[in-house]
Amino acid sequence: MALSEKIKNTINGIRHQFPTEQALLLPTLHEVQNEKGWVSMDSMRDIGEFLNLPLSKVREVASFYTMYKLEPQGKVDVQICTNISCWLNGADKLVSCASKKLGIHAGETTADGKFTLSQVECLAACGTAPAMMINEDYHENLTEESLIKILDQAKSDLDAGKVVGKDTRKDGVWP
Amino acid sequence: MMYNNEHFEPVITPNVDKPNCETIEFYIQHENGYKALEKALKMKPAEVVDEVKKSNLRGRGGAGFPTGMKWSFMPANPVDANGNPKPKYLVCNADEGEPGTFKDRLIFTKTPHRMIEGMIIAGHAISSNKGFIYIRGEWFKEARLMQKAIDDAYAKGFLGKNILGSGFNYDLVIYKGAGAYICGEETALLNSLEGKRGEPRLKPPFPAQVGAYGMPSCVNNVETFAAVPYIIEKGWEKYAKMGTERSGGTRMIGVSGHVNKPGVYELPMNLSINDIIEIAGGMKGGKLKAVIPGGASAPMLRADECNVLTDYDSLAKAGTMAGSGGLIVMNDTVNIVEATYTLLKFYEHESCGQCSQCREGSHWLARMFKRILDGGGTQDDLDYIAKICGNMAGQTICAFADAVTGPALSSVRKFREEFEEMVMKGGLKGIGRTESVSHKMVGAHV
Repeated sequence: MALSEKIKNTINGIRHQFPTEQALLLPTLHEVQNEKGWVSMDSMRDIGEFLNLPLSKVREVASFYTMYKLEPQGKVDVQICTNISCWLNGADKLVSCASKKLGIHAGETTADGKFTLSQVECLAACGTAPAMMINEDYHENLTEESLIKILDQAKSDLDAGKVVGKDTRKDGVWP
Repeated sequence: MMYNNEHFEPVITPNVDKPNCETIEFYIQHENGYKALEKALKMKPAEVVDEVKKSNLRGRGGAGFPTGMKWSFMPANPVDANGNPKPKYLVCNADEGEPGTFKDRLIFTKTPHRMIEGMIIAGHAISSNKGFIYIRGEWFKEARLMQKAIDDAYAKGFLGKNILGSGFNYDLVIYKGAGAYICGEETALLNSLEGKRGEPRLKPPFPAQVGAYGMPSCVNNVETFAAVPYIIEKGWEKYAKMGTERSGGTRMIGVSGHVNKPGVYELPMNLSINDIIEIAGGMKGGKLKAVIPGGASAPMLRADECNVLTDYDSLAKAGTMAGSGGLIVMNDTVNIVEATYTLLKFYEHESCGQCSQCREGSHWLARMFKRILDGGGTQDDLDYIAKICGNMAGQTICAFADAVTGPALSSVRKFREEFEEMVMKGGLKGIGRTESVSHKMVGAHV
């Protein structure tokens, strides 16, 4: 229970930058999401306590934004963009290709908890469409072949105990 | 080719294809970096505002509001109820999320210092000492690159206390969104910046009176700030001359869809859509069928309407808008009902839900299009779409509902025969699915 010291330190470190306590809510949710992979009801309670906000405030914000996951996710979050420019360049085929490869539909997580597949709305990478995100990393100009290669790589990295899709992540640093 | 403007030169992207162009060293050495800031700090704030006003710079986020005028709305010496001075905030809208628009990401990754310099100058112009950069949450890498750029600017004394010995103090802080298209709307962005749900606010009060954290605030787009150093360095006349009578400068146009060289191009405004398609390598996989000229919410144009110039006024006259500069090109293999449904699904997902016209209207439209695609549509539906749109546009707190009606109405109006055929033949099954062009992409411009 309670937020980790690391998260508290990170948030306390940026506290002076903002005029209100509530402004820290999005950053704190991001940190929890990063540490635990999702935002549970218990985490929301802890955040409320830490920021002096009622649970209802935390929950209404956490449920508004799509990046905060309110249910456990796979370790590798595969998000394929299917909006107009990606769609014009074959994103539909990529979704069915990934779906076949992982054995799940978009919106589902594999039984072993390794992969979650989802369709997302616009990654602002239309000039290099079709595009997808794997955790924090973008992959662009995708083809079915490159998609399969990236998924295979992610799987072997994961099995080898490596962190997947967080190439530029520096721990505990906001942003 | 055909940059048919003798005054044109790239303002923002002269070096984005060079290695290390994102570093502060490169910016200072090759782009006269932070010289404009030095010059601006010697000018009075009102003089800076005046320079930008005369340059005819218009907001590049989508609305095209004159930037200098927006700055001049900021109160000079705001005080609270007790007579104590209130801080003023400058906010950079970097929540790029409109399908078809991807120009700001280029600025963030390739020339972040140009934007930072523009923001410090703007801070001086409106006498603010603090700026927030609100970045879309999915940009993990971009946010870190921007943070590095900010840190470097602090280290060189372009940010912080007593900048370049002028007595002016300025701080920049990054704030990350969390995945909500509506946060690109300026008042929704302000709510989000305060740690709330990103729901748009009623106006008035306008942000210049009550903005971020209740203080007077000014919100501008990434590209808008990035144009400022040039204007200050080279003077308003040079910038204004590159544009049309009522909008100065260049535009960053993101071309995507069925062209051979998709990417971001910095172009003068006196080019037609056809010219721009040509510049982006020409059509791929078929003949031109339709273009969305300014990001997903701009009404579509048919191929025969694409001889129009791409400045704000010409596009408005053609019944569409320049928006955020995202040009989406579709060839004649595309089924327009399906393409429009793709867009409507987006709006259905992204409506913030605050106004019922938008919340229910966007769902309703998406469901109707789905029904037509599935073979359950009727001729009456086609008239009904216009009716629903009429009850949405202009009836809500923000312009999101108008944005939904852009693709819905324009596609039914301009490609009505295609809709009628789909209704008659029992949906997609009777017509055949859009053949996606899913082969290897040709190297993009950036």
